[in-house]
Amino acid sequence: MTGTDTPTIIEVSPDDARRVQTPADAASQGRKADKLLKVSGLSTHFFTPDGVVQAVDDVSFDLGYGETLGLVGESGCGKSVTALSIARLVPNPPGRIVSGEIVFDGIDILKLDSDEMRHLRGKEIGFIFQDPLTSLNPTLTIGYQIAESIRQHMGLSQKAAADRVTELLSKVGIPRARDRLKDYPHQFSGGMRQRVMIAIALSCDPKLILADEPTTALDVTIQAQILELIQRLSDEFHTAVLLITHDLGIAAGMCDRVNVMYAGRIVETGTVDELFEKPQMPYAWGLLDSLPRLDDVRGDRLRTIEGLPPLLISPPDACRFEPRCRFSRDICRQDEPELTARGETRHQARCWATQPDGWIRS
Amino acid sequence: MATQTTVVGGRVAKPRAAASLWADAWSRLRKNRLAILGLILVILLLLAGAFGPIIAPYPYQVQDLVAVRANHNQPIGPFVGPHALGTDQLGRDLLSRLLDGARISVTVAFVVQAVILTIGVPVGAIAGWFGGRIDNLLMRITDVIYAFPDLLFIILLSVAFRETAFGQALDGLLLVFVAIGLVSWVTVARLVRGQLLALKETEFVEAARAIGVSDRKIVTRHLLPNGIGPIIVAVTLGIPGAILAESTLAYIGIGVQPPRASWGTLIYEGQKFIRAQPHLTLFPAICIAIALISFTFLGDGLRDALDPKLKGKQ
Repeated sequence: MTGTDTPTIIEVSPDDARRVQTPADAASQGRKADKLLKVSGLSTHFFTPDGVVQAVDDVSFDLGYGETLGLVGESGCGKSVTALSIARLVPNPPGRIVSGEIVFDGIDILKLDSDEMRHLRGKEIGFIFQDPLTSLNPTLTIGYQIAESIRQHMGLSQKAAADRVTELLSKVGIPRARDRLKDYPHQFSGGMRQRVMIAIALSCDPKLILADEPTTALDVTIQAQILELIQRLSDEFHTAVLLITHDLGIAAGMCDRVNVMYAGRIVETGTVDELFEKPQMPYAWGLLDSLPRLDDVRGDRLRTIEGLPPLLISPPDACRFEPRCRFSRDICRQDEPELTARGETRHQARCWATQPDGWIRS
Repeated sequence: MATQTTVVGGRVAKPRAAASLWADAWSRLRKNRLAILGLILVILLLLAGAFGPIIAPYPYQVQDLVAVRANHNQPIGPFVGPHALGTDQLGRDLLSRLLDGARISVTVAFVVQAVILTIGVPVGAIAGWFGGRIDNLLMRITDVIYAFPDLLFIILLSVAFRETAFGQALDGLLLVFVAIGLVSWVTVARLVRGQLLALKETEFVEAARAIGVSDRKIVTRHLLPNGIGPIIVAVTLGIPGAILAESTLAYIGIGVQPPRASWGTLIYEGQKFIRAQPHLTLFPAICIAIALISFTFLGDGLRDALDPKLKGKQ
């Protein structure tokens, strides 16, 4: 297991950024644990009139300092709820984190009281939301909304805060930043607003950014710019990113490691290379297969995965993907597979068929 | 950055000044003639209330006994002699008394709304923000108060406290303010609650939470400013109701104590002479009507101006 991370880290090179820093810098970053984020056995359930929806069920993963981790899967598979759980923003009621442990920078954040958590949010953990059009308050100026987090957490003077806001706005590529502080969100385009959201997320030099489908509401050209911006700034600020997306192309371009989620569970995890070269779970094949390809014949339909994800109210003790799986056998219906290793690396998958004694060799 | 600024600045025309919600609303309000008429009348009313005693020809309680006696102890009619709008049967100048009445009406208009806002906004905000059991409790209380017959409650309260120091304060007006305010805050509370219920689900609230803004700040800095349009409209449209309620109370003899008189008192006193001297009833009635209409016009205009659905349309 050890040493298997190294290839990926070198590839996206946050490690290089780390090396050019002075020891003092590294010390000021205050590492308190070997991993920035360790999520183990996280279960978040929603208590609805129809029953308990197990939106996130026994999810475990970790995220190193400066690393970018992708969380992919289709709608309703628990990606966003995982991110909300990490920020402890799950709407309650009806949602509640029922079990598990989330250790962020050595702190078990599920044990923090709400005030302590508030000091962590925005300061240590930034959040980029899906829809920049509705995530900014229409009645407050852009300058105020960026400064809000800074004032909240850094205790800067008005002047210093304004300077920092201007600097952040230019960093995220908004021209004439100082002139635009007094503008309102409706005077910004969608892409510009997402840049503002990124500036807000980065405003207090967080150690972790939770990016929940940051580009879904934007068109493709802007998407590329925003992703490039997130990547560049997370390298520059040495921020770890948990990138939630349903777009495997984005995950491939941005992430060091990727977790594939299905029906509230992680079904496969590995480096980008492992996942894209040797996916070990029929669901991941389906996802990869449904990407449009350059060599597709014109006029052909896009490939899809047949069926729908299961309801997450009292799911059976069986493989959750089994009803949609072309390769299923009896054991898939009888018992749920564990997340087990594939090969010598940290590549893991939750599938009977691709286990060493399974019936599929890929 | 500097080079970028000049390049961009040279190419792009100077952007229009940051148009806040309020600037937008004002530009729409300005185009509404009735609302502007209402606004002008409201301002005149405010000026009359503020400077009435200074511009009044006589103090409101001074009797011109000589003139009344010369008129066979009858009220003096308008537009003759030194009293522009005539006098009542005690020889008190009607114009001066109307101006003093304006002061009372303006005070009622604003103090009552202040009472309503101080009770209604926090109650609505707490109910809407916390929801659940707190919401239920507060809304049942407002339901009870809403179900109360307003006027009966105000009359009961006024009669019960009339002889106490509280009832005598501000010439008896304080009691009226509080009584009207106590029954009228429910509308604003419900409005604020509804606004917050809708707004607290918005994503910018979640975004504010995600950067660690405290609940209190989210409510005061993020939610209330977004919901303030309907509140302003409700307050503006509530003012005529308050003025009318005060006049009604004055008409049945509750509220401001003699020798001061509100417009309602003047109507009551004038109706004894309604055949011979209708001006004693007519002029205060006209004052009330103008006050009500001007606030209503302004309120309607504000509602249109602050309506987000009209945003962009001019």
